[in-house]
Amino acid sequence: MLDNNIALRMTRKALIYIFMTIFAIFLGFPFLWMVITSLKTSGQIFIYPPVFIPDPVQLSNYTDAWVKASFSKYFFNSVFVTVLTVAGQITTSSLAAYSFSRLHYKGRDKIFLTYLATMMIPFPVVMVPNFVIMRVFHWLNSYQALIVPSIFTAYGTFMLRQFFMSIPSELDEAATIDGSSKFGIFCRIIMPLSKPGIITLCVFSFIGSWNSFLWPLLVTNKQDMFTLPLGLAIFRGFEYNIQYNLLLAGTVICILPILVIYLLAQKFFVEGIALSGIKG
Amino acid sequence: MKKTNNSRERRNLLTGLAFIAPNFIGFLIFSLIPVGASLVLSFSNWDLISPPEFIGIGNYKELFTADPLFWKVLWNTVRYCLIAIPGMMILALLLALLVNQRLRGRMIYRFIYFLPVVTSSIAVSIVWTWMFNTDFGLINQFLSIFNVPSINWLADERTAMVAIATVGIWSSAGYNMVLFLAGLQAIPRQLYEACEIDGGGTIRKFTSVTIPMLTPTTFFVLVMSIINSFQVFDYVYMMTGGAPNNTTKSIVSYIYDNGFQFFKMGNASALSWILFLIVFSLTYVQFKMQDKWVEY
Repeated sequence: MLDNNIALRMTRKALIYIFMTIFAIFLGFPFLWMVITSLKTSGQIFIYPPVFIPDPVQLSNYTDAWVKASFSKYFFNSVFVTVLTVAGQITTSSLAAYSFSRLHYKGRDKIFLTYLATMMIPFPVVMVPNFVIMRVFHWLNSYQALIVPSIFTAYGTFMLRQFFMSIPSELDEAATIDGSSKFGIFCRIIMPLSKPGIITLCVFSFIGSWNSFLWPLLVTNKQDMFTLPLGLAIFRGFEYNIQYNLLLAGTVICILPILVIYLLAQKFFVEGIALSGIKG
Repeated sequence: MKKTNNSRERRNLLTGLAFIAPNFIGFLIFSLIPVGASLVLSFSNWDLISPPEFIGIGNYKELFTADPLFWKVLWNTVRYCLIAIPGMMILALLLALLVNQRLRGRMIYRFIYFLPVVTSSIAVSIVWTWMFNTDFGLINQFLSIFNVPSINWLADERTAMVAIATVGIWSSAGYNMVLFLAGLQAIPRQLYEACEIDGGGTIRKFTSVTIPMLTPTTFFVLVMSIINSFQVFDYVYMMTGGAPNNTTKSIVSYIYDNGFQFFKMGNASALSWILFLIVFSLTYVQFKMQDKWVEY
């Protein structure tokens, strides 16, 4: 009886591992194949049966992608745009979230409702007018176009407001009695106590901005201004003689920074999604 | 007394607005005004060069009555959703159930399952397009072991949307898994114990505890998946560009084409409002229907 039970439990365990591994192959293998292809010579790519261990390992694909295919430029653009977008989002949305959660004045909730209402509107709806605004500002093919419109996020404001609401208001009152200004309370009490929320928003907005494609596609058509996803799309083009090894080296370059962030902040991802349920 | 009250109220208002201002100005320029402008534009004819011309419901009428491609992209998008949404939800639930078992190494599996979610859709499309390649793609080479003749995945009308939806499923399953996992972990242990006392086995526990207790999560996942899937664009743009014979062109691809290839700004705006109305009504209907199957 006891032996039977153990055997049953072992089989169950084994089955779970088998299924987990099958799914892990489905979800993880494309990454592996990406890396394998990025290390092959162009001759090894078009071979049947497929080569799983590149021989020789051609690391120069990465230097070629980085230098000759201008991925260094795209990388710099992506870093620059993403860092400024994240900084801008955190600044503007934390200030607004503080106002929505802590300050009392007429009309506050009406403004907040407007924010909530626009969150339901899909991006394609505002895409055309935003493009026109960029044209009027003469911002097409500029960093401003890639950064400025993305700074003002209703989603981030909403998320931080929820976070700020959970901080007890007695802390504010005590600080007010001690003579602290509203801005002082914001800087010295609310922000330090909301670190997990701020980091979660940082991570989401980093991923969102780094992977953003449709908007950069609309407002840039000069190679100097391309971010990594756009650079990848253009480098691939729609031709038949695609240099797959360089292209996939480019995808690895594009994914690597996100992978590092994901490894460092995995906890915040999972909690952030469970908390807000919205993809950045 | 009244005066001081008034001036305090005003001061509060000014402080409140000062904190909102940096965000609100941008919100006004890049969200609020564009929403209004887009609605106005949808009733006009504009090529970005000559001044816009008001044409009433002309764009909508043209789309509904004189544009066969409109119905096609609508149907394509629905087809994408019909394959991708059930796929990503079932896979996500399976993953969540597996990862929820307290087994060694589950964090590594969870890490792998979530990885596609954070990856650039463009990078994803590139590697999948390469794997779907007819002559040298890994998928056909794998199938050839079983003597399956090579399939022209992305160029065949029968398979192109399936291929795109596969990528959609692949990249969203991990995200929904995290939501399901949170739902699973919120189920009180006592319910399982009570079911056990009543003589329920594993299957019974799943059907009469797990499934009903997960319905709020399932509802949320379904609503979000529909909203996101109806806006599919990146994979279509990168994998097929709408080909073959426009059978994979989605609503957003069509908005992009009309607005930014043919510069029919009014037409593109009208399309975007139709997209909004579809997504909005589907969400509304689901909220109305939730008492029928969601258990709180």
